Amino acid sequence: MDLNIPKETYIGQIREIVIGSNDRAIKVGGESCLPFYTFEGEMPNPIRIAMDVYDYPPEGWAEALLEVYGDVLNDPIAWARKCIEQFGAEMICLQLVSTDPYGIDRPSEEAAKVAKQVADAIDVPLIVWGCGNEAKDMETLRLVCELCEGKRIVVGPVVEKIYARVGAQAIAYGQVVAASTPIDINLSKQLNILLSNLGVPDEQILIDPTVGGLGYGIEYSYSVMERIRIAALLHEDERLAFPMICNVAKEVWGTREAKLREEEAPLLGKAKERGVLMEAITAMLLALAGADILIMRHPDAVALVRRALNELRNA
Amino acid sequence: MPLSGIEIFKLLPKKNCGECGVPTCLAFAMNLAQGKAELDACPYISEEAREKLSEVAAPPIREVVIGSDGRVVKVGGETVLFRHEKTFVNPPGIAMLISDAMDDSEIDARIDKLNKMVYDRAGFILRPEMAALRCDSGNPNRFGDVVGRVANSSDCSIMLISYDPSIQAAALEICKGKRPLIYAATEENIDEMIELAKEYTCPLAIKGNGLIGVAKLTSMAMQSGLKDLLIDTGARSLKEAFTHHIMARRAALVGKVKELGFPTIVMACEMSDDLLMQTFIGAIFIAKYGGIIVLSDFQGHSLYPLLLARMNIYTDPRRPLAVEEGIYEIGKPNEESPVLLTCNFSLTYFLVSTEIENSRVPSWLLVKDTEGLSVMTAWAGGKLTADVIAPFVRKCGIESKVKHRKLIIPGYLAPESGALEEELGGEWEILVGPREAANIPAYLRTIWQAA
Repeated sequence: MDLNIPKETYIGQIREIVIGSNDRAIKVGGESCLPFYTFEGEMPNPIRIAMDVYDYPPEGWAEALLEVYGDVLNDPIAWARKCIEQFGAEMICLQLVSTDPYGIDRPSEEAAKVAKQVADAIDVPLIVWGCGNEAKDMETLRLVCELCEGKRIVVGPVVEKIYARVGAQAIAYGQVVAASTPIDINLSKQLNILLSNLGVPDEQILIDPTVGGLGYGIEYSYSVMERIRIAALLHEDERLAFPMICNVAKEVWGTREAKLREEEAPLLGKAKERGVLMEAITAMLLALAGADILIMRHPDAVALVRRALNELRNA
Repeated sequence: MPLSGIEIFKLLPKKNCGECGVPTCLAFAMNLAQGKAELDACPYISEEAREKLSEVAAPPIREVVIGSDGRVVKVGGETVLFRHEKTFVNPPGIAMLISDAMDDSEIDARIDKLNKMVYDRAGFILRPEMAALRCDSGNPNRFGDVVGRVANSSDCSIMLISYDPSIQAAALEICKGKRPLIYAATEENIDEMIELAKEYTCPLAIKGNGLIGVAKLTSMAMQSGLKDLLIDTGARSLKEAFTHHIMARRAALVGKVKELGFPTIVMACEMSDDLLMQTFIGAIFIAKYGGIIVLSDFQGHSLYPLLLARMNIYTDPRRPLAVEEGIYEIGKPNEESPVLLTCNFSLTYFLVSTEIENSRVPSWLLVKDTEGLSVMTAWAGGKLTADVIAPFVRKCGIESKVKHRKLIIPGYLAPESGALEEELGGEWEILVGPREAANIPAYLRTIWQAA
C-alpha cells in the first residue's frame, strides 16, 4: 500500500548563535525544519534550558521552590552553582529583579557588578535579564554589557525603546541581545530590522516573543511563535530567522494556581507536582512552537522537559 | 477540497426565503463556506445537493462522536495544521484507565474522580470526559460487571479495551445504546470487530502497525461501510508517536489520504509508568493532533494543568475568550475592601485577578462585559466609557457590599475619570489605577492604603 504523505520543503534556515566564550559555550538555532520534524529537516543543536537565579531574595515564591532554593536565595553565586552542579543547568539566567524602581530600586551600578561576579564565578553561559522597567533596564543592561566584556552573554529584554542604547553597547562589547516585543510577529520583525540597521550583527540577535503561562495566554505566544518560525523557514523571512528565547518560569510561578497550597485547593492536588507540571507543560508547548532557549526554575520540571527534548530530537 | 461560497451558492435553491436565518441564499452560501452555518438550516435543499455538499464539505478528518448522552466526546473534524490558520475544532477527549483487575473499591474511587473532578475557572468548566475500561481479567462476566458499574454511576463516555471480540460483545451488550468506543480492531480480529461496530453502531478504534498498517485496516473497515473510526499506529515511543501524528494529519489534510483521515488515540498510559510524565506527554499531543488521550490515573495536580493546556490550545484564535460579567471576590473582601474595574477579556481578567491575589489585599473586582475586548480596544470602541460603566456600577450590586465609594479604574481609562464621576452623580470617587496588571500589588499596598 502506498500512502501519499507529503513532506515539506523548507527554504529558510534559522541562524546559529553562539553564547558564551569558553569551552562550555553553546550554540543554538540552525534548524531547517519545524521543531522536531526531523523526518524532513535538521535540528543541529539541542534546545537549551537556562535556570533562573535572582539577584535578590524573591518574595512570595511557592513552597516548592523555596524547598529547593531556600539555602541560596541570598547568594546569587551559590544559587547559580547549585543549578549547575546539582541540576545540570547548561546556562544561567540572572534576573536583576532588585533594580525595579517600584521595588528595591537597587542602583544599576550595583546590580551590574553582581552580574559581573556571577559571570566570573560560573563556567556556563550567562543570560542577564532586567526588571522590565525600560528606563532602568537601559541603564543597567548598558553597564552589564560593558562589565561582562569578552563573555558573550545574552542581555534582555531589549525592547524597542531601549534598543539603540543597549544595542550599541552589545556591538561594542560583543554581547547577544534578546530582542523583546509584546507577542506580535510584525513588531518582532520590525525590532530585528532596527537592530540590524543599528549595526548589531545577525550572530548577536535572539528573538524574545514574550510568553504567557499555561492558563494565562500561552496560546497567543504559541501561535505567534509558530508563525515566526513558519515565516522564517517556509517563506524565507530572514529577519525572523533567529533563535527564540522564552522567559518561562516567571510567568508560570507567578500565577495563582502554581502558588496555591494543597489545603487551599484540595481538588488541585499536590502543590509541588502541580507547579512542576505547569512549568514543564508551558515550556514544552513553547518548545513545540519554536523556542530555542527556555528559562526555567524547578529542577523536576527541567528534568521532564529535558527528557522529552532529547527523545524528540533524536531519531 | 472545500468549496467556495459561489460554488455552494450554485447548489442552493436560490429562493431567498430567509428561513435559514439570513436573508439570501448567497449570504447562506458564504456562511456555509466559512463553516458558520449548517446545511440543515436550509429546509429546501435538494437531496442531490445535500449529498454533493456534505461529501465535498466533509472535513478531511472525520468527526467522530463517542457516547450518547451526558459527557459526549466529539473528536476529529479538524481542517488545519496550525491553529492560527483558522482554529482547532474539537478538543481531545481525556480518558482515565480503569482495569477490571482492580478491586471494586478502587474502581468506585476512580468513578468518583471521573464524576467529581470539575473545575470552574471564571465560568469556564474544565473536566475530563471518558473512562477507558480495560479487560485484564480475561473474564467477560467480570468485565461486564465493571462496564455496568461505570455506565450506571457516571455520565462519562466509555472506551472498551479488549482485543477479544467475545469480551467486547459481552461488554457492548451491557452498555447498549451508550455508543462506547471499541478499542481495538487489529489485523487478527478486524472482521469480527467490524461486525460488532456495525451491530451496536459504535465507533471503532483501529490499531495497526505504523501508518501503513493502520491505513490497510481502515481501508477494510471503510469498504465494509464503517465511517466512525479512530486510529492508533501502535507507536509507544514519544518520537515515533509524534512523527506519526504529524504525518497522519498532513496525509489527511494535504495528501487527501482518506485512510488516515481519522482522529487518533494516544495511549499515554502505555508510554510511561510515571503519571507526571504521562500527563506531560498528553500535553504534547494536545498541541500535536491527539484525538483521545488515555492516562493511567487522574490526580488534581496532573489533570488540572492538562485541562488548562487543552483549553488554551483549542481556544479559537479568531474570537477572544470572555468571562462572565459580574462581581468577583478575590481573597475575602469586606465592606472596606477596594473595588477595581476591568474588562471581560479572559486574559485580562486572569492577569488582573492574579495580581490582586499577589497583593494579598482582598478586593472586589468588577468585570464589565466588553464582548471579550481588552480595556484599550473596548474603550476605543465605546464599550468601556463613562456612560456604560456608570449604570453597570449602579446595577451590579457593589453598592450594597462596600461602605466606601471609591472605584479604581484601569490606568488606560484615565480620560474617562471625570465623566465617570459625573455619571455616578458625584457619589463615587474615581481613582486611576496602574496601566499594567503587574503594578497592581504595589498600587494596592501603597496608594490604596493611603487613599
